[in-house]
Amino acid sequence: MRAAEIITASVLGLLGGLVIADSLRLGIGWGTDGPKSGFFPFWLALIMVVCCAIICFQESRRATGTFVEREKFKPVLKVLWPAVLAVGLMEWLGLYVAAALYLGFYMRWVGRHSWSLVIVLSLGVPLATFLIFEQWFLVPMPKGPLEAWLGY
Amino acid sequence: MGIENLFLGFEVAITPFNVWVAVLGIVLGTIIGVLPGLGGANGVAILLPVTFTMPPTSGIILLTSIYWGALFGGAITSILFNIPGEPWSVATTFDGYPMARRGEGGQALTAAFTSSFVGAFFSIVLITLFAPLLAEVALRFGPPEFFAIQFLTFSSFVGLGGGNPIKTIVAILLGFILGAVGLDIVTGQLRMTFGFNGLMTGFDFIIAVIGLFGIGEILLTVEEGLRFEGTKTRMHPRVVLDTWKILPAYWRTFLRSSFIGFWMGFKPGGATPASFMSYAFAKRFSKHQEKFGKGEIEGVVAPETAAHAAGVAAILPMITLGIPGSPTAAVMLGGLIIWGLQPGPLLFTEKPDFVWGLIASMYTGNIIGVLMVLAFVPFFAAILRIPFAILTPLIIVVCAIGSYAVHNSMLDVWYMLIFGVVGYVFKKLDYPLAPLVLALVLGDLAENALRQSLIMSQGSLGIFFTRPIAAAITLFAIFIFTLPIVSRCWRRLRGLPLAPPAPREI
Repeated sequence: MRAAEIITASVLGLLGGLVIADSLRLGIGWGTDGPKSGFFPFWLALIMVVCCAIICFQESRRATGTFVEREKFKPVLKVLWPAVLAVGLMEWLGLYVAAALYLGFYMRWVGRHSWSLVIVLSLGVPLATFLIFEQWFLVPMPKGPLEAWLGY
Repeated sequence: MGIENLFLGFEVAITPFNVWVAVLGIVLGTIIGVLPGLGGANGVAILLPVTFTMPPTSGIILLTSIYWGALFGGAITSILFNIPGEPWSVATTFDGYPMARRGEGGQALTAAFTSSFVGAFFSIVLITLFAPLLAEVALRFGPPEFFAIQFLTFSSFVGLGGGNPIKTIVAILLGFILGAVGLDIVTGQLRMTFGFNGLMTGFDFIIAVIGLFGIGEILLTVEEGLRFEGTKTRMHPRVVLDTWKILPAYWRTFLRSSFIGFWMGFKPGGATPASFMSYAFAKRFSKHQEKFGKGEIEGVVAPETAAHAAGVAAILPMITLGIPGSPTAAVMLGGLIIWGLQPGPLLFTEKPDFVWGLIASMYTGNIIGVLMVLAFVPFFAAILRIPFAILTPLIIVVCAIGSYAVHNSMLDVWYMLIFGVVGYVFKKLDYPLAPLVLALVLGDLAENALRQSLIMSQGSLGIFFTRPIAAAITLFAIFIFTLPIVSRCWRRLRGLPLAPPAPREI
């Protein structure tokens, strides 16, 4: 827990440092028509860096604990990496196909549901999404080769 | 003058299409409120793109109805499953779940929905009365006053939000910084893009809401190990009627909780403390305190009334000042801007049909809402019995759809995932998410108000102390900001033990 706190605060502090650097480039003073672009971010970032330093100091004096237990973190990763993969697939295959693959994979792999249920849901949900968003509300979704082949 | 406008509003709100939109919104909202990982704020965010093709009034009715539905849905999970879907439903579990365990789930739910309705109604009446007045006062506000109000908004998160105030400050600043990324509309310069084209448009808060609250919440739920052990319930019309016979006896609790809710609610982050405070008051004034926590109906009435009164009150600053009181209201504000409306006091004079349609729809939406949830509780409760391996990917796909639809950009979907991980870490480390989102929303407005104020005063911060209204608000904000330090010193001075840090709001 302590390590996680200090790492997070340091990362945020570094981010603040980056913002300060960029604000200085833009100018933090008074321009021809009021404060320059860097004025507002500069002060925000400066206070943030100070606050992050305080958090680091507070946490370094506190007893340590675990941020997350290994056993509990496994299911989190199990949700996270298929989701990342699914978004990656979306770039190539479009939302509908990627969603079908992702839903099917996750239901079968984690839930061990029967194939019939898996197939019905993983085809039905993207189809329903298509009808609701694309047809009804006219909100376009990313499309891939399959949709192109079908003429959309 | 108010009454005529309200009638005008009802004419807008009771058109068949708008009533249908309200019903749809409430069904979706209740489902969203029941599902883990989807709350009011990201539910509204995900469905925001759907409203782009609607007239603005129907759009806002859909969004507010989702909000009412989500508020109702939170009560279902708290009572039947002992899982507070939203932080302000936590107090409802104290007595609601024991009642459900005893087989009185029907009574508890009836009490909860009815109290929600009463609390909401109370706040709506007050909004109807006060919103035009507040808007008229706000018309005379200049940039310094608006900046002072924003300062007050964020001060209340620091001073009243609980948790570590330093972390609250960091969350606010991070929100403002993320909001500043991209094109500076005043000077036309690019800020903090570091040469990446993708950063030019900046971070959209809707994506942040979906990621932080949606994906982050799912990761947390998975880590905690999701086990739904619900109690079975049947809603009999007899049970509803019998409960309605008992409830009027608690009129004092209703009134007290509504006041607490409204008072806490129009300030940001007020719903959760309001529900706890109202529960505590109900217990203190009760003749049988020992029954609280074991399934006392008053223990359901008090927090639910206050939470809904507060949830509705959060709309007041949004429509009158253009400053949202909660993340959900912030998303709605984003909707107003996308529909081409300028949020703020001018809305009342320029778009009366929109404002009054919205206010009137709050009445109709809550009436439709309470009837629908009463009728369909078993259906909504059944949603939680859907296996987790089906719910999780479904929710993630829905979040991805919502994120993509805002700007038709795949990059936003990646941002959503990143925000999800950030949300998970922040939640675990007790950095509050609500002020971060609000800062991201208000970033440009706050910066412009500050710049214009400084131009007016030629660079002196004194302008926030010399104009009477601005000075009053600024001083009050400073007082609230320093509250954590003040109360600590006070306790030390009086020799009282240091209070443990209050639990986080959201």
